Amino acid sequence: MREVLEGSQAVAEAARLARVKVVSAYPITPQTHIVEELAKFCSDGSLDGKFICVESEHSAMASVIGAQSGGVRSFTASSSHGLALMHEMLHWASAARLPIVMAEVNRALGPGWNLWVDQTDSLAQRDTGWIQLYCADGQEAFDTTILAYRLAEIVNLPVMVVLDAFFLSHTYEPVDIPTQAEVDKYLPPYEPKFLMDTKDAYTLNTVAPPNVYMEMRRSIQMAMEAAPEVYEKIEDEFYEQFGRRYGLAEEYRCEDADTVLVMAGTAASTARVAIDNLREKGEKVGLLRIRMFRPFPVNALRKSLEKAKKVAVLDRNCSFGAGGIFAQELKAALYGSGPNPPKLYSYITGLGGRDVTVDTIGTMYAMTRDREEPASESLWLGLNEEMLKS
Amino acid sequence: MKNDLYSGIEYMNSGHVGCPGCGGTIAMKLALRALGEKTVLVIPASCWAIMSGNYPQSSLKVPVFNTGFATTAAAASGLRAALDLRGDTETTVVGWAGDGGTFDIGFQALSAAAERGEDFIYVCYDNEAYMNTGVQRSSSTPWGARTMTTPGTNWKRTEKKNIVEIMAAHRIPYAATASIAYPEDLERKIKKAMSIRNGLRFIHIFSSCPTGWGMAPGNSVKVARMAVQSRAFPLYEVEDGLKYTINEAGEKPVKDYLRSQSRFRHLSDEDIGVIQERLDIEYRRLVRRTLAEN
Repeated sequence: MREVLEGSQAVAEAARLARVKVVSAYPITPQTHIVEELAKFCSDGSLDGKFICVESEHSAMASVIGAQSGGVRSFTASSSHGLALMHEMLHWASAARLPIVMAEVNRALGPGWNLWVDQTDSLAQRDTGWIQLYCADGQEAFDTTILAYRLAEIVNLPVMVVLDAFFLSHTYEPVDIPTQAEVDKYLPPYEPKFLMDTKDAYTLNTVAPPNVYMEMRRSIQMAMEAAPEVYEKIEDEFYEQFGRRYGLAEEYRCEDADTVLVMAGTAASTARVAIDNLREKGEKVGLLRIRMFRPFPVNALRKSLEKAKKVAVLDRNCSFGAGGIFAQELKAALYGSGPNPPKLYSYITGLGGRDVTVDTIGTMYAMTRDREEPASESLWLGLNEEMLKS
Repeated sequence: MKNDLYSGIEYMNSGHVGCPGCGGTIAMKLALRALGEKTVLVIPASCWAIMSGNYPQSSLKVPVFNTGFATTAAAASGLRAALDLRGDTETTVVGWAGDGGTFDIGFQALSAAAERGEDFIYVCYDNEAYMNTGVQRSSSTPWGARTMTTPGTNWKRTEKKNIVEIMAAHRIPYAATASIAYPEDLERKIKKAMSIRNGLRFIHIFSSCPTGWGMAPGNSVKVARMAVQSRAFPLYEVEDGLKYTINEAGEKPVKDYLRSQSRFRHLSDEDIGVIQERLDIEYRRLVRRTLAEN
């Protein structure tokens, strides 16, 4: 059934239809609507589950880890400072090999306090062993949450479904919501691989000395390496049943593009308009929107970019001292990809919710087109240079 | 008193890797005898996180879930919810943390779980410092004690946090102190905590530490008994946060207890007098509480 829903509501609907049993969360703008909605579902009986009102995000993640280890599907959501506070337990969830799914709304970290979109919060968690999937609209946020449970429970790793603050979390769009029976057909009941059971007692997450620790870590990496292929397979099944697919990364007008713009999140919607305008002027430009960031789908990205001469990456984030994070990762992925890899141009813009407009994308393209060689560092677009002088 | 403490069924095997004379292992052994096989333990970073043994071994016969240092009560809440939703309301969930994991880093999560009325038993086995990391002070370390972070003349000059009163102030259905030197009392309190389901039950077990306190391993139980008999650690319980009952406390001078451990060796007779006076005042307060509500 098509409904007009906020991005946050679309995620909450997906968690409900995934029949999550335990939801544990702490409020933080702009994630709050997701968990408010789930609290309502637990209260009105439309979700047969328990909502735990914890006192912090650190406890939110700890309690869903406890719940998932007790053998039930669980869910949480967070953002920005909340995600940063969870950091320790993010490692715990993945190393305990628990298929937890969380929604993460990209918001800037303070100080200065800022509620608006910025990808640095989730990207700073890239080494925690969580699969990360970036969404660009409400339907995709719904679908990705369902896909996330399927994927997590096959590879035994947690999955973060990432949404832009406000531009996605608070924007109402038509979303096709399948019936419970349809979702049940796609997502079977959760069967834990191991759990706390008094009839079959184990010590979970115990001391792992040097003689076993490396193998444990290798098995996480192996699960990560398998994830892109597993994802494509389960997305094929999703497509067969629901008629929608997104890919590890989504190409737009890339077929004959000399220059490909690369980004993740809602800025890609703006970029599509900018690309249409540029195409009308005869510019051979396309868009590659990265969906899966962890594991970084190197082979798929190399293939998508194999014909491009130039690649321009828009990063709504910054790793201070290094630059745009998607650009760094993509540069590493393209190194050694063939005799003539594309030149990579790195741009940082749109931090802390600053608008990324069609003009911003146009400027980024023009700068890339007009420079034979990329700068060694990330270039910042849309700065007020006067402010930086003081 | 009916007593099945010595029925011969043990849920802790030999082969743990605790220090000789470890009070924490005695606490676990006694508690598990009372808890029985339908028990799951949630253990954060602590001596007990390593004492059960390295992968793939365990000295415990019940399932153990190791969790992050600050998260015992949060993880136990999630686990309890999962068991209930799977239809298993019979199994007892027990959070089992040291004093650092309870008084300090885990306190926020513990207070929140108590306020939410979570259905599990939380045991703090208290050895009065961070022993697993090599004896650093916690907020459970008593006034006068030397630790590696309160060394030399800078010995601890703040009082031990009164965790049972703090937990009782949450108006949880049951809070109690217990000691490894009083197994029957400890067993009774665990059983009582198991019989109550309408909220968090908190049991604070005094667990002596020969390594951290500076005493012979063979004196562990004896020194724990001296703590009770000198009012350094009276045994009492609090029902619904209000009804106080004293179970065991003596009137022996605290000097003998303090002189039995090298962590207090530097204290002058005057310092010991200060401790004695404070313990007497605290004990009179405790007595007044029992009178107020009975």
